[in-house]
Amino acid sequence: MRRSRHRRDWPWAVVLLAPALAAFAMWVFYPLARTMWLGTQRSDPFGLRTEYVGLDQYREVLGSADFHNSLKVTFGYVLISVPIALVLGLALAVLANAQLRGMRFFRTVFTSTVASSVAVSALLWFVLLQPSIGVVNQFLKSIGRDPVDFLNDPDRALFAVSATAVWQNLGIVFVTVIAGLQAMPAELHEAARVDGHGAWSRFRNVTVPMISPTLLFTTVVLTIRAFQTFGEIDLLTQGGPNNRTNVLTYSLYTTVFKERDPGAGAALAVVLFVIILLLTMAQFRFLEKRVHYAN
Amino acid sequence: MRTERHRVRHGLRYLLLVLAAAFVLFPIYSAFVVAIQPIGEFRDLGVLLPSHFSFSTFSDAWSDGHMGLYLRNSFIVTIAIVVGQVLTSILAAYAFAFLRFKGKRFLFFVVLSTLMVPTEVTIVGNLDTINKLHWADTFAALIVPFLGWGFGVFLLRQAFLGIPRELRDAAAMDGYTHFGFLTRVAVPLARPAIAALSLFSFLVAWNQYFWPLLVTNDDSRRTVQIGLKQLASTDAASFNRVMAGTLIAALPIAILLIVFERQLVRGLTAGAVKG
Repeated sequence: MRRSRHRRDWPWAVVLLAPALAAFAMWVFYPLARTMWLGTQRSDPFGLRTEYVGLDQYREVLGSADFHNSLKVTFGYVLISVPIALVLGLALAVLANAQLRGMRFFRTVFTSTVASSVAVSALLWFVLLQPSIGVVNQFLKSIGRDPVDFLNDPDRALFAVSATAVWQNLGIVFVTVIAGLQAMPAELHEAARVDGHGAWSRFRNVTVPMISPTLLFTTVVLTIRAFQTFGEIDLLTQGGPNNRTNVLTYSLYTTVFKERDPGAGAALAVVLFVIILLLTMAQFRFLEKRVHYAN
Repeated sequence: MRTERHRVRHGLRYLLLVLAAAFVLFPIYSAFVVAIQPIGEFRDLGVLLPSHFSFSTFSDAWSDGHMGLYLRNSFIVTIAIVVGQVLTSILAAYAFAFLRFKGKRFLFFVVLSTLMVPTEVTIVGNLDTINKLHWADTFAALIVPFLGWGFGVFLLRQAFLGIPRELRDAAAMDGYTHFGFLTRVAVPLARPAIAALSLFSFLVAWNQYFWPLLVTNDDSRRTVQIGLKQLASTDAASFNRVMAGTLIAALPIAILLIVFERQLVRGLTAGAVKG
């Protein structure tokens, strides 16, 4: 009986899986393999002829000064934008995690930045950071400081770009963390209160350990997103000034579309893929040990 | 004594909440202030409060800035992607949840592994495909590459697995075919998950930037995100028009968020792995 049904399921499985698997084969696995292969092909400056060079091109990409710069910039961007978004989003979630009147309104407000796209948040901050009319500079002027052209200042551009990402990511951090907070049993807090723990001590010793799986998940999501950052850079700085915001994805874009070198671009893409993959796995392993799994 | 302390604590929390809300909303407020002030000398442009009012920048961004056209394109592309992703996900998830066949575990692993491949890595190869198909500047180029989504298959499989086994057996006794069970039992019961998936899919598709930038060179197919870049780069000095366009672009998703907050949040918290 069981066997016969097993056999009858087979044609159904083929029909039902075909659309999704065909899409993945054509638009994920094939281009991934093709990109890896293109990385072994060197194209001449006119894009007319290509030549097989094996792993040489990968070696060149990995050894190039441009790649080292992009790697440094990308790590800088991750290290600035991820922790700040995480801390601010956590603070918002803790604030809004109370049974008080009007809390629905505040939750909607704090969630709202998930609705803004990369282009929208980049342009909002483009205006906020303007030397002439931007609010940030108006504030600096009012306290007697000189205005700063944030997006064109080599030492500040990366921070300026990160600010847009922090604002845009507040929503996703808030949403995931508050879901974690609400899944937490209220008795735990009560018990700690009875034991004489203050608010900060309860936060550190009860809340943080309990929501650490959520925090881990959010950190991973934000880090992977930060490694894929492209829109903010394209709209705000185009990798400048002096390549100080030339993150890996933007460098990939200029290599393929400005320098018309798909071979080198493909090699760069594969390197980016490996970095993201390793990062995800390393981060999981490293954090797993410290994370308190509630269940 | 105790209630007094409570009141102080609640007051403090509200104060912090209001300040935080003001901080989060400030960029949007500021955009509005800039957008409603007419073009002219920037010297007397108000920053915190507008010095002049004019709503003409919105109609200007809509027609001269082509925001109306870009919005239409974005709606066409996004709705097609959502419908496509939800359909392929329902079908594949059903197979993984209810059918018994050889290689199921392996195929499910294949589906999940697509989530580890960032879009940036496949664009070089995918552009090749688009060029070979002569799809540059077509809606197909913006839609077809996104018709399968590993996250959707994963999410709906979880939802289908939550359907009680007895229901499955009862349906089999009543002579339901797989098609009948899928359309009359599984899909209606998984409606909350399908709603969450649809909204999340809408959000991701609407906000795409990298791929639409690469495959559109023509206004007639540009989506709203790329349209914004166009608007900002043709006349970056007209901050008011750029901000009006930005607010127009943000509005559809803002409405979606207000109306369907609960479902959208469900989708987001379920696992925003591939953005």
